[in-house]
Amino acid sequence: MLPAEFAELEPYSDWVLAKEPQRYAKRLASSMEEMQAFYDAAFPLLERAMAHLDAFPLDDLPEPERNLLQLSYSLVMVSFPVEVWKQARVPDSGAAYLDLLVEPRV
Amino acid sequence: MPHFTKPETGSWTEQYPELGTGPVNYEDSVDPAYYAAEQAAIFKRTWLNVGRVELVPRTGSYFTKELAAAETSLIIVRGKDKEVRAFHNVCRHRGNKLVWNDFPREEVKGTCRQFTCKYHAWRYGLDGELTFIQQEEEFFGVEKSEYGLKAVRCEIWEGFIFVNLDPDAQPLAEYLGEMAKGLEGYPFHEMTEVFTYKADIGSNWKLFIDAFAEFYHAPVLHQKQATKDESEKLLSYGFEALHYELRSPHAMISSWGGMAPPKDPSMVKPIERVLRSGLFGPWDKPAIEGLDKLPPGLNPARHRSWGTDSFEFFPNFTLLFWAPGWYLTYHYWPTAVDRHTFEANLYFVPAKTASQRLAQELAAVTFKEYALQDANTLEATQSMLKGRVVTDFPLNDQEILLRHLHKVVGDYVTKHAEKEHADAAG
Ligand code: FES
Ligand SMILES: [Fe+2]
Repeated sequence: MLPAEFAELEPYSDWVLAKEPQRYAKRLASSMEEMQAFYDAAFPLLERAMAHLDAFPLDDLPEPERNLLQLSYSLVMVSFPVEVWKQARVPDSGAAYLDLLVEPRV
Repeated sequence: MPHFTKPETGSWTEQYPELGTGPVNYEDSVDPAYYAAEQAAIFKRTWLNVGRVELVPRTGSYFTKELAAAETSLIIVRGKDKEVRAFHNVCRHRGNKLVWNDFPREEVKGTCRQFTCKYHAWRYGLDGELTFIQQEEEFFGVEKSEYGLKAVRCEIWEGFIFVNLDPDAQPLAEYLGEMAKGLEGYPFHEMTEVFTYKADIGSNWKLFIDAFAEFYHAPVLHQKQATKDESEKLLSYGFEALHYELRSPHAMISSWGGMAPPKDPSMVKPIERVLRSGLFGPWDKPAIEGLDKLPPGLNPARHRSWGTDSFEFFPNFTLLFWAPGWYLTYHYWPTAVDRHTFEANLYFVPAKTASQRLAQELAAVTFKEYALQDANTLEATQSMLKGRVVTDFPLNDQEILLRHLHKVVGDYVTKHAEKEHADAAG
């Protein structure tokens, strides 16, 4: 489902999620090992992914590219647990929640 | 030791003697009777921002706004003449809520040619006029022109739609005053890419404003957000603003922010280095006009390490600008003395490339990580305040906006009570 150049990320295609609430839910439902594995595979390719995607018009991405972009959003989502918190939840956030109701079209 | 100059009076707070410097009483955040007084004195009488004009782009575009604090629901709609109007969301026949989908208390938006009541199909035009009565001949001389929707004052400032339930209120521009004037010309209309967040918060509405109106907490509560070296440094410095300004009932705080881009890339997280973005937003300014020369109200201290300005427009509208060229808004909508609906909107210039869009995504995700920490302290504070073991709290100079907010609220409540009293007597 990803562009051929990014075939090595196919095992992580369950992180291709269109909306932030889906990505946030997956983050909370994932173990640190799962997020770390995804991060370790995807982060080194992020710069290449950006260069690849920037060659296309953002509002008219072919499907594999759109998937790659959404996978990259998920990478952003797990970057806090992996780089900072060492846990899925924001520390000291208790039962607080903040729902994203409207997000950009792409 | 101060890192930034304070005014000659020695402190920001003492520039405004009416604020005093003593401990502040928080009964105003726990007493149900006080909340009722706020509803009458403030939420039914001041200009309230309900969103931006982009929410109603075309003739017939509308949205509803639940104003529990003013005991009403409103319809905001753009008419055939392109005017934006506001009406109470109540049918004149027998009081049914006019516009709603499955759940009457949920806000909705859409586009229509007219409003039709779900109950007995009375119809209203976009200008509020009653246009159709089902089985009109069964009624007893009901004059349609006298049964239009109840209009609400609705005025626009720089694309922000404000309503006021008080028909005698002063004009919006006059109410917003000099503080808003200094922001005119900012390219709000270019920043149409929006992230909208909502949460139900178990605290008095003023407590969340308190949390966002001081950054004294930032190096402590958000300590773990930065890299270790960086957070230790921030904690040892503490927080000092560049500037504060009060133009009652409104107020602002100006703050530094050297992180966009950082002087030393090792100060920030790996993902920030790659995406060139973070809490302060995308490091690369969007290519639009109006950001090189900012309106005079921004960065009032004209400081070169300026990072962000936060304006508190009374009562419940925060407008926060980030140096890299985007802004956000907060709204705090009370639903009870100890509850409110918090709404945040992040506004960016629409991304043209995936890289730009990813930089925005990181800013939005980072915003949420911080806001969750901010929100979570509130419920605990509310429950401790309610216990009234401690009732008065010593606010420091960097908490001047909090001192000001609670004073202004108190002044509005007192003034309104005096007026009611005089009206009753006279
Ligand atoms: S209440 Fe609306 S038509 Fe009867
Ligand atoms: Fe905070």
